[in-house]
Amino acid sequence: MGFFFEVLIGGLLSGVMYSFVALGFVLIYKASGVFNFAQGAMVFAAALTFVGFQELGVPFWLALLLAFAVMVVLGILTERIVLRPLVNQPPITLFMATIGLTYVIEGLAQGVWGANVRGLELGIQDEPIQWLLEATDIGVSKFDLFGAGVAALLVTLLALFFQYTRIGRALRAVADDHQAALSIGIPLQNIWRIVWAVAGFVALVAGLIWGARNGVQFALTFTALKALPVLILGGFTSIPGAIVGGLIIGSTEKLAEVYLGGYVGGGIDSWFPYVMALAFLLIRPEGLFGEKHIDRV
Amino acid sequence: MKMRKTLSTSLIAAGLLGGVAADALAQSAEQFIGLPSYRVGAYAAGGSGIYGGWIDYMALINERDGGVGGVKLTWEECETEYNNARGVECYERLKKKGATGNSVFQPLSTGITYSVLDKVAQDKIPMVTIGYGRTDAADGRVFPWVFPMITTYWSQATTMVKYIGSKEGGLDKLKGKKIAYLYHDSAYGKEGIAVLEKQAQKHGFTFVPLAVAHPGNEQQSQWLKIRQEKPDWVILWGWGVMNPTALKAAAKTGFSREKMIGVWWSGAEEDTIPAGDASKGFTTAGFNVAGANYPVIKAIQDVVYKKNKGNMEDKSRVGSVYYNRGVVHGIITVEAIRTAQAKFGKKPLSGEEMRWGFEHLNIDAKRLKELGAEGFMPDLKITCEDHEGSGKVKYQQWDGKQWKVVSDWIDADREMVRPMIEESAAKYAKEKNITPRDCSKEG
Repeated sequence: MGFFFEVLIGGLLSGVMYSFVALGFVLIYKASGVFNFAQGAMVFAAALTFVGFQELGVPFWLALLLAFAVMVVLGILTERIVLRPLVNQPPITLFMATIGLTYVIEGLAQGVWGANVRGLELGIQDEPIQWLLEATDIGVSKFDLFGAGVAALLVTLLALFFQYTRIGRALRAVADDHQAALSIGIPLQNIWRIVWAVAGFVALVAGLIWGARNGVQFALTFTALKALPVLILGGFTSIPGAIVGGLIIGSTEKLAEVYLGGYVGGGIDSWFPYVMALAFLLIRPEGLFGEKHIDRV
Repeated sequence: MKMRKTLSTSLIAAGLLGGVAADALAQSAEQFIGLPSYRVGAYAAGGSGIYGGWIDYMALINERDGGVGGVKLTWEECETEYNNARGVECYERLKKKGATGNSVFQPLSTGITYSVLDKVAQDKIPMVTIGYGRTDAADGRVFPWVFPMITTYWSQATTMVKYIGSKEGGLDKLKGKKIAYLYHDSAYGKEGIAVLEKQAQKHGFTFVPLAVAHPGNEQQSQWLKIRQEKPDWVILWGWGVMNPTALKAAAKTGFSREKMIGVWWSGAEEDTIPAGDASKGFTTAGFNVAGANYPVIKAIQDVVYKKNKGNMEDKSRVGSVYYNRGVVHGIITVEAIRTAQAKFGKKPLSGEEMRWGFEHLNIDAKRLKELGAEGFMPDLKITCEDHEGSGKVKYQQWDGKQWKVVSDWIDADREMVRPMIEESAAKYAKEKNITPRDCSKEG
């Protein structure tokens, strides 16, 4: 039974890691209806920029600020060069534009900082909490707990931002109805810039957490693949959905791999979450917390 | 006036003709090598290191020796991004370049190797796959155009068992032990399974294969299984991000890295540095070693980098595992040219002539010393039947900062591996309706 709980807890904590990436998708989709295919590339670019500054001798906090600034500039440029000319175009056009953006960001980041694989140290050891291990024989990683803490803080900050600030309220208005928001004088382009900047910040946090675990390398772009089933399950427009979806996906994929994987040759944790998300779509197409889409006929 | 015009026209024409002739002459004294490299994308770190080392070695030969037998080496890179379709495109683009066309194709990708396997035979261009590709292509009778040289995955797997045996106090001590095999869930990753299962039967250990889905950036389930299975050793058969992730996960699970043995694609600085302290004690196989203290690397630094002609932007990578692996590619290519020139003359060689060079390659201990590569790579003798060569592997351990050699060259279990190669190649020959060559009739 101890082993079952170890798998479950490990899965839940892994799920939080997926939620980091899913959050970036949600923010942009919520405010602009754009599925940002470039979110994985943004995670990679943010982490690479951070370690790039560190390699130049910039201290941790300043490197963090500078990397955030770069992500803000990237967000503003994306709005100005990619999104603004495509206003009123069908969503699929915007989606295709973000696919192009993915390659630009990946190429640009590697062009500026190089393709070398780098280590990233946040000062938190990825090892089990010893006393817990000795008392219960359940290994829970200090780093995973740290990641969960950061996720909780991030969600709280985002919730406060959306709920209690003027910009947050404007964001929600834009998310509800672009036309109505424009008609009452909310500047759509400013809102988009802010959303892309916030998504850049979330990408930076995700990049630091994933980069500290696996190294800062191109494979960070693949983290987006882990976020997709989370989004399908949690809903594309819900921040709590991204977290709950992450927890469900993380825990079930781990349990499936450990208890079912052996029967089918293993390695099922790459596709099992997608099967689950697809099955879920049949029951609740808008996801757990997604907004139900109702059309007047 | 008319005469002056005719004269000047003639002079221009003569000049142009002279220029064309000189250009043709210059080209006729050049050996072209097409490089299907990958410097961007997911595997850029490996590609930039290996192709960088390879180019630097060829630059050394040009700068120091004036080429091979007076024939300058020329090359052109074509970016594949480790993508099969792009690899095939590069193959087609490069094959007609140079005076005699591309004389050798080395894609550094098992996927691209499979994609052009039939094409190289049709176009008569040898394909060299050092440390990757089809293992059974080591049977030169069935695969005359493919050279999986130095050592194959199967040979390597048997040396891993030998190495583990040496750490346990002898191969007989493996009886009753448990070895987990954590592999990239792909054709590459599965390559080691069959031979390790046979080794398990032979030596009496329990073999536990565990698949990791691509790209391998999440392995918690597999490491929890390892924690449950409690193996004595873990063989890591990974690639890219899967490697540092495995090392970190091992630390998280409390599994000793001293008991982890990696495949040669898990054993570069790019695999250990991102995992930080979690990598300390991790040991990997290799058909080349790391380090800049070998005369061949020093010569590159002295001759190529001092003239600012080096290929590596980050000079600290000179002497790294991938870089040195590129130098091994360079050595083998150049030595094959030298061997072929001894038979066909000091001129640019065709693909067929280069194949002869590869098939008669003999880099023995004496030659390795002359090349400044003693201990750097194993000796190598290729024949018509055997396109593998030595099958030898060395082991290196990460001390937290750099790789340290911890074994001598270990011979593969050829008695087990060679029959497996011949059996698999014969099956392929039957499927493809290939009549194996009679090597006794080859020159």
